[in-house]
Amino acid sequence: MFLSILLSGAGALLDYLSAHVLTCLIPAFFIAGAISSMVKKEVILKYFGPSANKFLSYSIASVSGTVLAVCSCTILPLFSGIYTIGAGIGPATTFLYSGPAINLLAIIYSARLLGIELGIARAVGAVSFSIVIGLIMAALFERKREKETQEAKFSMVGDPHTSTKNPAITFLFFADLVGILVLGAWKKWWIVGVLLVLLIIILKLWFTKEEILSWLSATWQFVVLILPWLFVGVFAAGIIRDFLPPEVIRTWVGGNALRSNFIASVAGALMYFATLTEVPILRAFLDLGMGKGPALALLLAGPALSLPNMLVIRNVMGTAKTAVYIALVVCMSTFAGVIFGRFVF
Amino acid sequence: MKVQIFGTGCPKCRKLEENAKKAIRELGVEAEVEKVQDIKEFAKFGIMMTPALVIDGKVKCSGEVASSEKIKEWLKEEVQ
Repeated sequence: MFLSILLSGAGALLDYLSAHVLTCLIPAFFIAGAISSMVKKEVILKYFGPSANKFLSYSIASVSGTVLAVCSCTILPLFSGIYTIGAGIGPATTFLYSGPAINLLAIIYSARLLGIELGIARAVGAVSFSIVIGLIMAALFERKREKETQEAKFSMVGDPHTSTKNPAITFLFFADLVGILVLGAWKKWWIVGVLLVLLIIILKLWFTKEEILSWLSATWQFVVLILPWLFVGVFAAGIIRDFLPPEVIRTWVGGNALRSNFIASVAGALMYFATLTEVPILRAFLDLGMGKGPALALLLAGPALSLPNMLVIRNVMGTAKTAVYIALVVCMSTFAGVIFGRFVF
Repeated sequence: MKVQIFGTGCPKCRKLEENAKKAIRELGVEAEVEKVQDIKEFAKFGIMMTPALVIDGKVKCSGEVASSEKIKEWLKEEVQ
């Protein structure tokens, strides 16, 4: 019995390694490493100040998770900072929600393993709902605060280093990396080869050794941080797929009923998912009969919330606001799931 | 001298703490090392990104794991 459990997990791991890792995750890690090492975080943090233009604060908050953070250990302090000394509860909760959800690696992986519609829906849902949730929280809870003391504290946030890199070159570099990612996914190996040669040329001509090393080291940090958990997730998904009776899944989260979406959303909110593990586990559920609507609901509620992180959030903003936030996340995820399930097929 | 490491407990802030202790040991200065894990405290220092290092109330770095070499530089600055 135990042996068969191990074998199903190991089987899933092997299937997975041979098909997906090489073509999509490897370039994805390099892109994440590039973003992490080349985009100056302090520049973005300026948009979270108390006097910053609100429109900008919300927009940047909803997408900056890609740039600023991958794990909750960075998201939670940032959230707390934006909330206490920065732009306030609106942009802070926008960031809190979208951060884990808009994780670049997770989106790429979702698109690859769960299908492009779910990948796109996840990204779009994460960004748009984060702004809506932020606005609602601000409307309900924002109090006028001492602008001067806020600004004084906020100015302690580090100064942006001036970047000497020509933006056109940076753009070309990223475009090349993304090209490798996308064309690798389509298995157009000839073009990938050309792009790789182009990459080497770009690096030789315009990148210093230091920049390249810092990029590679950031990439490696992501690999070390995420890959082990990914294997655990895939292993668990393999076991789930072979041992969970499909009827259980179909009864509770099959089809596109409001109830299924809601259950998926709540389950996602409570469960803890290490970065990226939600994807293979969701694949297993989908194979067992979970509806696509509920799958999206889980994708939108899962990474953003978990029992442990609810406690930390509560510590920062108090029980009432946290409860409202959780309720908003669950409702919007449910709603997104229902719409997605209804209209995509 | 008071050296504070701000972090929630993940590998990056533990590494920063290690590097700080190493720097202090190698320089041979008198310093107390404190780990601050309460998120609300971070905001008081204007810290948005962890891990962060503060020496005698001054934020020396935030959002990166500084090497023990860099930390030694900062310690030397504060000893004056």
